Amino acid sequence: MKTPSRSVQDPLWAQTLLIGAAVSFLGLFLLVPLASIFVEAFRKGIAVYFSALTEDNARAAIVLTLTVAAIAVPFNALFGVAASWAIAKFQFKGKSLLLALIDLPFAVSPVVSGLVYVLLFGAKGVFGPWLKAHDIHIIFAVPGMVLATIFVTFPFVARELIPLMQAQGSDEEYAALSLGASGWQTFRRVTLPNIKWALFYGIILCNARAMGEFGAVSVVSGHIRGETNTLPLHVEVLYNEYNFAAAFACASMLSLLGLLTLCLKTLIEWRAGLRRHNH
Amino acid sequence: MATVSKNTAKRPRSILPGFGLSLGFTVTYLGLVVLIPLTMVFVKTSGLGFAGIWKAVSTDRVLAAFRLTFGLSALAGAINCVCGFLVAWVLVRYRFPGRRFLDAVVDLPFAMPTAVAGIALTALYAPNGWFGQYLTPLGIKVAFAPLGILLALTFIGLPFVVRTIQPVLEDLEPAQEEAAASLGATRGQTFWRVVFPPLIPALITGSTLSFARAIGEYGSVVFIAGNMPGKTEIVPLLIITKLEQYDFAGATALAALMLVISFLLLLITNSLQRWSSRRHSK
Repeated sequence: MKTPSRSVQDPLWAQTLLIGAAVSFLGLFLLVPLASIFVEAFRKGIAVYFSALTEDNARAAIVLTLTVAAIAVPFNALFGVAASWAIAKFQFKGKSLLLALIDLPFAVSPVVSGLVYVLLFGAKGVFGPWLKAHDIHIIFAVPGMVLATIFVTFPFVARELIPLMQAQGSDEEYAALSLGASGWQTFRRVTLPNIKWALFYGIILCNARAMGEFGAVSVVSGHIRGETNTLPLHVEVLYNEYNFAAAFACASMLSLLGLLTLCLKTLIEWRAGLRRHNH
Repeated sequence: MATVSKNTAKRPRSILPGFGLSLGFTVTYLGLVVLIPLTMVFVKTSGLGFAGIWKAVSTDRVLAAFRLTFGLSALAGAINCVCGFLVAWVLVRYRFPGRRFLDAVVDLPFAMPTAVAGIALTALYAPNGWFGQYLTPLGIKVAFAPLGILLALTFIGLPFVVRTIQPVLEDLEPAQEEAAASLGATRGQTFWRVVFPPLIPALITGSTLSFARAIGEYGSVVFIAGNMPGKTEIVPLLIITKLEQYDFAGATALAALMLVISFLLLLITNSLQRWSSRRHSK
């Protein structure tokens, strides 16, 4: 921002008042809930905290959460790179429609995102009878949870890459090609270094949402303890059983993931000067 | 405009490789993961027929859920409009220690998993919670009441408003304000007549984004809501309840209705954003 001259600066008392109001609002509304998670998690002591994280069902939930993210995130990253290459480097009909469709999953309620897969693969769904005849489990099993996670995290990487690649243009790629590089070499040596921060940024946002997703995964999971409960679903189970210390212990793991994401995101924004987005 | 379109027409086809592969993969993946599953909702709903849809959505319980969800989401959008504006104003206009920290904190509702936010808010505002124990004697019931739902919806929507207003506020020219001040306008007049009008599109866009997110929100609301049918039951929860009771027709009809509303809101926010950036670039 350009520094305004004295004539348009607000008086000091007004500044103090407004800063005070904003700080106390953000403190009470955002920071206190965050702090409360850790206080509640450690309320019964460190031993209870660690046993809540290491008991079998929690361990299974952590492994499942990591597995689902490890499948969903690379798929969406690959899609993001492919989509941004097609959209930023070429002219074709229906491009703005394609752009709008990529954003679609952000507009859909997580519950509906889960429901669509139940309609396709559930017992009464379109492919339900066929799947049952071949003994393939998608709903109330890991494949359904991966699909629901892919759906809700679908646009993250593409949304970061498309505007950046459009702004960068294709001149460097043309130069590389005219100097005799192959298409793949051009992508790896020219395009990828140019987009690496935005790609990383998109991937960490995608990953945070993938590991923290609740609504969509809840619909397709079936809530089988130790089998189809991800960490957020495990938190729900513990909370509904009034096992608050354990619920908050698991929630604190997810909060740490969120905080780590926030730190990395802020670092990249400062470093690469990326503009912010809403999602 | 004419010269621009002529230039595009004359431009040679791109010599970059990989068009077929990248576009093919993009469209196939989009179709398989997003479009075909979404279409299923409408295919299944149209199978119900008009009478079936009407029967599924016109019950008292459904209507109450819609009133609650949309009423509270709109209220949350309005609250965020005011609070988000205050936060964005302070972050952009004033310099104070901890400003960058506070700026990063605004993204907390995006970064925290919704279920985690849900149980944290519930623990704070439950009758024996940190805040609840002081509010309950005053007769204010937050958790397990509509007020709690409003709180959760405001929480998850706040960053949308702040992040939409911030860039517009950063780009405002101080010269205009200086001119207004030097022509004798008071600070209040300058604010309402010079500073505020260009921010209106961004404020409306941000609040609409907050509203659109709120109507579909599930994770942060279910814990604090209390989930009493007809009183504190939101539409996404009702969809899950119907699904768990094997009322697929009811769940699908509600989902189709929510999808149509979400698509309309997406159209509205897209055109609002175009309007906002046009005003912005002037």
